[in-house]
Amino acid sequence: MTASSASTSETGTASAPPAVLEVRDLSVHFRQGRGHPPLRAVDGVSFAVRAGETVGLVGESGSGKSTIGRAVLGLNPVTEGRISFAGDDITRAAPRVRRRLSSRLQVVFQDPYSSLNPARTIGQTLAEPLLVHEKSGRAETAERVAAMLRRVGMPADAADRYPGQFSGGQRQRIAIARALMLSPQLVICDEPVSALDLSIQAQVMNLLAELQDELALSYLFIAHDLPVVRHLSHRVLVLYRGQVLESGDAGAVYDRPAHPYTQALLAAAPEPDPAAQRARRASRAAAKAEPGPPSPTGCVFAHRCPQVADRCRTERPELRVLAPEPAPRAVACHLVDELP
Amino acid sequence: MGMDNAKKTRQGLARRVLRRPAAVIAVAWLVLLVAATTAAPLFTSYGALEQDLGNVLEGPSADHLLGTDVLGRDLLSRLLFGGRSTLVAVAEALAVFLVIGVTLGLLAGYRGGWVDWLVTRGADLMFALPGIVIVLVVLSVFPGNLHAAMITFGILGAPGLIRILRAQTLTIREELFVAAAKVAGLTHGQILRRHVLPRMASIIIVQGALFAAIVVTIQAGLGFLGLGAQPPEPSWGGLVADASQSIDRAPWMLVPAGVPMVLTVVALGLLGDAIRDAAIENWAVSRSSSAQPGGRPAERIPAQRAAADDAVAAPAPDALLSVRDLTIEIGGLRVVDGVSLDVAPGETVGLVGESGCGKSVTSLGILGLIPGGGRITGGRVVFDGVDVAGAPEAMARIRGTGIAYVSQEPMVALDPTYAVGRQLAEAVRTHRRCDRKGAHARALELLDLVHIPDPAAVARRYLHQLSGGMAQRVAIALALAGEPRLLIADEPTTALDVTVQAEILGLLREIQERTGMAVLLVTHDWGVVADLCRRAVVMYAGQVVEQADVDGMFAHPLHPYTGGLMAANPHHAVHGEALPTIPGTVPAPYEWPSGCRFAARCDRATEECAAAPVPLSLPVPGRSTRCIHVGSLLQEGGLR
Repeated sequence: MTASSASTSETGTASAPPAVLEVRDLSVHFRQGRGHPPLRAVDGVSFAVRAGETVGLVGESGSGKSTIGRAVLGLNPVTEGRISFAGDDITRAAPRVRRRLSSRLQVVFQDPYSSLNPARTIGQTLAEPLLVHEKSGRAETAERVAAMLRRVGMPADAADRYPGQFSGGQRQRIAIARALMLSPQLVICDEPVSALDLSIQAQVMNLLAELQDELALSYLFIAHDLPVVRHLSHRVLVLYRGQVLESGDAGAVYDRPAHPYTQALLAAAPEPDPAAQRARRASRAAAKAEPGPPSPTGCVFAHRCPQVADRCRTERPELRVLAPEPAPRAVACHLVDELP
Repeated sequence: MGMDNAKKTRQGLARRVLRRPAAVIAVAWLVLLVAATTAAPLFTSYGALEQDLGNVLEGPSADHLLGTDVLGRDLLSRLLFGGRSTLVAVAEALAVFLVIGVTLGLLAGYRGGWVDWLVTRGADLMFALPGIVIVLVVLSVFPGNLHAAMITFGILGAPGLIRILRAQTLTIREELFVAAAKVAGLTHGQILRRHVLPRMASIIIVQGALFAAIVVTIQAGLGFLGLGAQPPEPSWGGLVADASQSIDRAPWMLVPAGVPMVLTVVALGLLGDAIRDAAIENWAVSRSSSAQPGGRPAERIPAQRAAADDAVAAPAPDALLSVRDLTIEIGGLRVVDGVSLDVAPGETVGLVGESGCGKSVTSLGILGLIPGGGRITGGRVVFDGVDVAGAPEAMARIRGTGIAYVSQEPMVALDPTYAVGRQLAEAVRTHRRCDRKGAHARALELLDLVHIPDPAAVARRYLHQLSGGMAQRVAIALALAGEPRLLIADEPTTALDVTVQAEILGLLREIQERTGMAVLLVTHDWGVVADLCRRAVVMYAGQVVEQADVDGMFAHPLHPYTGGLMAANPHHAVHGEALPTIPGTVPAPYEWPSGCRFAARCDRATEECAAAPVPLSLPVPGRSTRCIHVGSLLQEGGLR
């Protein structure tokens, strides 16, 4: 299968650092009740995250990007495929294995309001991972909590307060602190800055970048906002309806999108420059998608694709590797050679 | 403030409960009751069964503080010794009620699946049983055994608690902090104990207190019927029974028999409420009230008006909407402070800022729909030459036909119980005179106007059958029903996917071209501003800080906040370099300084900035800014 060969080529190179996370042909299907076919939330996705690397998952709602993150964390059952973490298969890890894994694999969620328990102090929340893994004394725990709070730019006395007393940006800092309490290798960042205001978003993005440099963290960065993903990721995967339509070096995908969907996505994001945006609008108006139902056997994007050919409606394109290392690029499109 | 909060947190629950006067009284009564009944011999010199046939049915006296009954027994001693069985009964029934209710409620909600099915069905079955009959059956099997009766009663009461806690757990189970705890490696038991149970504390306490109060009366009822403690053993129910037999000769007896019971029931209720309030007061306070210790009253903030503001104080004669010096207070706190802006016919104006800057409240103020009991305390809102601020009737007249509104959440604008077409037709008929058929035809026309494919089919659909983008289109169609001359759109595309956002923005532009409608677009997204707006008004901390044509503002922002906000946009980021940021956060209304409100976050701030309110100045024709460093900004050609 070409989909998996793409990831093999990414991870198989001898010089590349070993993969922290490797996802192979991952599928997550959800039952939709009697008489409905299962929803293919994730449909044969493969990728790897290496040490110190940020891999971005981009896509609109329903693209399956968050489901992939939840599957890696063991919060969603996996239908097919294999997820390995530092070489160990964790696809259907037992609770005990998961618990041990939790010191190395962590998460920051999108909603800083729901991700902290309002009834528990910040100190209690941050000490929680320590209780599970390293039974440290009260004084030592308090010290580590205070040190981590200072590291994410919060006052140490925040430990005695409740989430309700903090703003969204501060809460997101606290959520990041919780994820880093046990010095993990990989942090799943599920839309970590989407709920934040622009000036706060920049602060948190800088914090994530600093922490990565300092702690050699790997991130699986899930977001819908292309500029945000572009800024923080080394490589990106563009997802649509549970499938990878394009993957590659973040800068290359952003500057020279190959798949019509990636192009549409980039063209749709309004540019904060009135003159450039006027030009972009004019060019976008020319390439308008004709509405129609999605094709069950063909390309998942065919019904919205401006360049659609007959073949696209009947035959699903495989993810083809266009460029090898060091700037890998893979695209799932029949017309990839004819595209502008 | 941090110190205060820390101190408050560390204070024990008991101290926090006892800060409440009602709780003090309730606790005092219950402590007295428990102490007096357990140590009854210390409080009374008479035995509960000691008869004194020379002094029967007496009122209170020095010898018998609460009088005597028909056999001359001391009522105080009977009350105290009888109270023991009441307390034991309450403790037993409550323990059974809580253990079963909490365990099964949490288990059913958290585990779901067949466990949930079994527990819920079991609870349903228990509800169908006639409680008092079951208790009587138990008492007939174990005659006079109050323990058995109370345990049974605890079991019979538990299904109510099970159902409440199950529903709560179902909600909490889906919260992200539970997912985060799972990822942190906590076991299910730890998650339930640390995350689920604390959120339920208030419900459990209130339900427990209510149940305890019911047990007191039920236990007394059983005693009254002679089913509890067997005479001559004392019990509260037995006291009532004795009193009722002598009610014509000694009505006083009802007082010692009944009053303690009433007081106990009331005390349990009060204590339950107090503990609940105290248990959650640390975290269950709204941000605005918690973070505002002696917040500065709005009156003392000087209205920041100066010479330059006066220059534009008169409404613009050719504007469709002209807002002047609009000031809005919510809960006595000024949240919008002297905002002035104009929207010309057919023009699109962006109202830009971060959350907490007052842009949404300003837009709702224009419509006269300020949330949270807020009101306009100053300024003018002139629409089409008529000042509608503080004139609810005039405002109501222009709403819909003059000014329409689209919010971020189309789901809120639409009624889920009516088909889309019917809602649209109804809106059409409130604005223009036409028959049912005409309104329906117009509704289909509106759906077509917002590019809904197959309007006739969509008109028959309900809200839940629409995608987010489709629902926003319908919400826009609804807003267009009254053929408004101005549309206020509050973050109309923020909740939508980027490709859908592009379609909605294109749609708004097209409608404007076709109908000549003006748009006031509230947004935080510079891309959206660049795409749709001709002019932009930037708000910060309740004030307008900059106003300019979009090209000019993007090329040369003349306020450090505008420039900082634009630079923080990752669109312009250089990969591998830190994003330019604005340190700190937007100050809350009670934190507004008297000088420049942005000074604390501004890298250009000087002493002068904090000294006095900064007026709006007009450095360039058609542009205004609220910065005293505008001269140097102009020389540098803006900030970027």
